Amino acid sequence: MPRFTHSLLTGLIVVIIVVIYAYGFSVTQVNLDELDSPDRQQSLTRILRALARPNFFEFDQEEVAVETPVWVPCPSGEPPAPSVAPASGPYMTVTPACGDPNSEVTVEGFGFAPNSSGPLNFIPPSGVSLQIGRIETDGGGHFLTTVELRDRPNAEAQMLRAITRTNVGGPHLSQNGRDTIDKIIETVFMALLATTLGTLLAIPISFFAAQNLMRTVTSPVPSVALSIILAPAGVWLGARFAGVVQEMTALLAAQPLFSLGGLLAAGAVAWLGLRLALPGAGEEEERGDNSLIRIVSGAVMAVAVLAGAYFLADLLEAAGVWLATRLGLFDFVGDFVADIGGIIRLLLPVVCALIGAGLFLGVAGSLGQWIAERFTPATGKIVNLILGALAGAVLLILLGLGVGWLYQITNWRSIILWPGVIGGILGLGVAALTPYNASLPTGYVVYTVTRTILNALRSVEALIMVIVFAVWVGIGPFAGVLALGLHTVAALAKLYSEQVESIMEGPLEAILATGANRLQMIVYAVIPQIIPPYISFTMYRWDINVRMSTIIGFAGGGGIGFLLQQNINLLNYRSASAQILAIAIVVSLMDYLSSALRQRTL
Amino acid sequence: MLASAFYPTPLKLTIAVAPILRVEHLTKVYDNRVRALDDVSFDVNRGEFLAVIGLSGSGKSTLLRCINRLVEPTSGRVLLDGTDVTGANDAELRRARRRIGMVFQHFNLVHRSSVLTNVLAGRLGYVNPIWSLIDRFPKDDIAKAHVQLERVGLADKADDRADDLSGGQQQRVGIARALMQDPDVILADEPVASLDPVLAHSIMRHLDEINRTDGVTVLCSLHFLDLVHEYADRVIALNEGKLMFDGLPAEIDDEKFKDIYGKEAQRVG
Repeated sequence: MPRFTHSLLTGLIVVIIVVIYAYGFSVTQVNLDELDSPDRQQSLTRILRALARPNFFEFDQEEVAVETPVWVPCPSGEPPAPSVAPASGPYMTVTPACGDPNSEVTVEGFGFAPNSSGPLNFIPPSGVSLQIGRIETDGGGHFLTTVELRDRPNAEAQMLRAITRTNVGGPHLSQNGRDTIDKIIETVFMALLATTLGTLLAIPISFFAAQNLMRTVTSPVPSVALSIILAPAGVWLGARFAGVVQEMTALLAAQPLFSLGGLLAAGAVAWLGLRLALPGAGEEEERGDNSLIRIVSGAVMAVAVLAGAYFLADLLEAAGVWLATRLGLFDFVGDFVADIGGIIRLLLPVVCALIGAGLFLGVAGSLGQWIAERFTPATGKIVNLILGALAGAVLLILLGLGVGWLYQITNWRSIILWPGVIGGILGLGVAALTPYNASLPTGYVVYTVTRTILNALRSVEALIMVIVFAVWVGIGPFAGVLALGLHTVAALAKLYSEQVESIMEGPLEAILATGANRLQMIVYAVIPQIIPPYISFTMYRWDINVRMSTIIGFAGGGGIGFLLQQNINLLNYRSASAQILAIAIVVSLMDYLSSALRQRTL
Repeated sequence: MLASAFYPTPLKLTIAVAPILRVEHLTKVYDNRVRALDDVSFDVNRGEFLAVIGLSGSGKSTLLRCINRLVEPTSGRVLLDGTDVTGANDAELRRARRRIGMVFQHFNLVHRSSVLTNVLAGRLGYVNPIWSLIDRFPKDDIAKAHVQLERVGLADKADDRADDLSGGQQQRVGIARALMQDPDVILADEPVASLDPVLAHSIMRHLDEINRTDGVTVLCSLHFLDLVHEYADRVIALNEGKLMFDGLPAEIDDEKFKDIYGKEAQRVG
């Protein structure tokens, strides 16, 4: 009976949906009583009213105090004369001008500031003011109120004092308003820096995460094995090389003039090396005859460029400090110059390590190709087995060292010996099972690994990443920049790589057909196609980063979120309201700006 | 369609001794098991204008792309001027490719780049790769690019963006790009299929002129037989990846036509 089954199935689905929502209500603690409770509604009203009056502007206030005598109790003998109106200014009268403790008197005021309010205090001779009522003047500056006298009998005349506050001058920014503007500017620049950092890193990564570019990259077995063996050596040597050059240049760093001389000399040497190492734009790439000269001049050039970069860093730091002391209001420009020098110094070892790895990978690739082409199948197989075992060992030893560092294992057997042996056996097995002349899909592996890392990174919100960075570099906007930057790398690299995947294939094949290499293909056929979407996505990401940076302060990332959180915790809703308003204005402004700019790039 | 009652006799001398291109038992089976080329063998003589005909999906594009290995053949050999293209490593392949110009149905220009850059891209196989990455080309090449643009009648368009040009103009840029390679062979993959008949003839005349004056061998896949009759020295025909015909255009009679295009086909033009 299909009809019956159908109905039964429908009924079952309805029941399941009801149960799901019932459970949802229960775990999210839906509570209608709370919605209704008068206490809660009162709090809500209070907060809404506070939020509606953002503390952005304030007035300077002037306090006006008006006093009049009163006797408690009435002095014996003749009753005191009522106070008389002065020639000008505010004054008030008390009727009667004396009374028993706790008796009521009528207080009337004239000539006060219109529509003002303030406390009405009773001042005994001790000077302590006791509030006995409030006054509120009408449009004519007049008030009439009845108050109860306090039980402070004294023979002397005592005072009634009315205080009104009036705004003086125009409105001006409150302290909270100034802080809000400071922090919202900080927030926008946090987003700018994070986006810049993220974009710079995401662009190269996006090519590795693009399937259409990576799918076609394959390498023979020896190339892969040699790459695994040599890449770590390249990283180490590159970083070491940078260290040695830095020590050399540090000798001259004490005196900026020396640095300048060093920079110029290094520039000249680098230029000469460039001319020698690379043939002119027109000459064909030829190998052989003068390759030794090329290698030597290339090496000299590398040293010169690196030394020059270190001299530049020294020089920028010195110049930045010099500028900062002289620019006055713009001293931050000097700090910026010095920071650029610092960043260069910080990045050089990393760049050198990457270049070292790149060079060694290139060598490994060609060497592997050569091995794969020259050897007979039998010899090739043996070479593959040896290289495979070595590569497996290297890979697992590196992994072991990483794990050992993370979990503080110092026993060399468990982090070096055993991983090495197991890796060697695994590598041997893989090499044995792979045909000796097989082409391994290295591109696809790189693509998959890159994508996986990006996905994992992207699934951790910047708001959580900032916790780690706040521990590393301290609570503040810098931690926010780093966290947002890292998240931006992951998010943008994915968006970018999808753009690379959706480009037209035609120009790629046309450029390849001219005999161009892969790098030339990327520069001439891929990059022109992806510039507009890249700009558009970067804008979009800046927009997102502004939003994110407004709340990243909640987790220690600086910016306006930090201020907002403090004010919320202090129940300072009028101040918090100013920050919320500022966020709303800036975010919607960025929204509009980025969409306008994006439309122009497409 | 122009009725081709009159075929211009080729005035040039084709040297038959050493073929510029030799295709031996070329087979391509795609990953989805489609056998796009099935044991195709033929020679192309130096200076010849060879038309490749066949239905859509008969393997014309695959054949042309297997010659410069934009598509990797499954088996068989391609010899360019005696050197094995199919067995070449990366560097050798790039050297072979730069001697083979290619013109595409959809022109395959880089839209956002200038016409001049698109034409200069034809030199990428020759120039120093590092300089080319920062868009630096030798003066000679730039001069040469202007000469080629003048030759295809686009001298004044050098600085325009490629996608500002009309279809016929874009294809002429594509031809100029192929010419920049100083090619021995030009592979033209349905170069006129996206153009109207008048433009088609203008593009074919450019290829014909290059073939005659520069002595560049042309392999051109075509849909319309009248174009074949008018421009080609020799025709090969493919049907489902198999070589069905190899001979002079005039030899395609009704029976051959049915072999090539199937029993249901009717001749037009």
